[in-house]
Amino acid sequence: MSENTHHIVPYRTYGLILVLLVILTGTSVAITQIELSRWATLAALLLASAKSAFVLAVFMHLKFDQRIYKAMVIFIILVMAAVIVLTFFDYGFR
Amino acid sequence: MTEGIAHHAEHRDDEGSKLGIWLFIFTELLFFGGLFITYAVYRHGNAEAFHLAGKELDVTLGTINTVILLISSMTIAMATTAIQKKDKRTTLILIGITLLLALAFLVNKYFEWSAKIGHGIWPGSPLLEELGRGDTLFFGLYYFMTGLHALHIIIGMVLIAVILVRVRKDKITHDNFQLLENGGLYWHLVDLIWIFLFPLFYLIA
Repeated sequence: MSENTHHIVPYRTYGLILVLLVILTGTSVAITQIELSRWATLAALLLASAKSAFVLAVFMHLKFDQRIYKAMVIFIILVMAAVIVLTFFDYGFR
Repeated sequence: MTEGIAHHAEHRDDEGSKLGIWLFIFTELLFFGGLFITYAVYRHGNAEAFHLAGKELDVTLGTINTVILLISSMTIAMATTAIQKKDKRTTLILIGITLLLALAFLVNKYFEWSAKIGHGIWPGSPLLEELGRGDTLFFGLYYFMTGLHALHIIIGMVLIAVILVRVRKDKITHDNFQLLENGGLYWHLVDLIWIFLFPLFYLIA
């Protein structure tokens, strides 16, 4: 934690990420409007996770920041995943 | 530990400040995480009702709001780049655009909620009681979660407005912009939450 080693992210990078995010949004809308199976929801959630990953990595600078932030975010996601899995071990088998 | 430029004898810890906002973001994630689990459990027990109730929501308006928030996330992120390049004018413009987009989101939300209330759907409305448990749960969660999210938008707008003023007054500069970055991080969190709210409420039909 010494000097201010701030990475300057080019505007272009942010622009490209936005284009990607909009495409992923369009895809999730298209999938859920056409397909009516239960897989559509799963696909939409996976696309949402992909979008979150881009927001976290680039917009929130995790890709450029010290690794500790990335490690903490992963830990929090794992905690949430564990709680979700445990909850459904209960509700899923009632 | 020195910042290189020792203009004032002020105490500053940018890294600590960033760590602080991240810790706050984690509490927010777990808070909304709990709500998403509540949603998942109720949906598990009322799949058909949630499916039909989801059809009531306006996908077009939801998609527009999603894109609005994504663009606003980009503009606030770009503002950090602009300030680092010592480009105050662009920084102010980008922050201004972010604020306008946030306002546009809230205006859309206002029309959306008004339309729902106009159709007799609000928490505890007679129509919902008639429709039964599944719809009551779906719309209860819809109003609570999107309402809480809108509250975060309003708080974010206040924070971003403060940042705008501080950039104008040169309190936030190319070598002292942690508040701008932290405000951006909070704003991206608001975006992240919406990224999951959108498919779970608007796209499940």
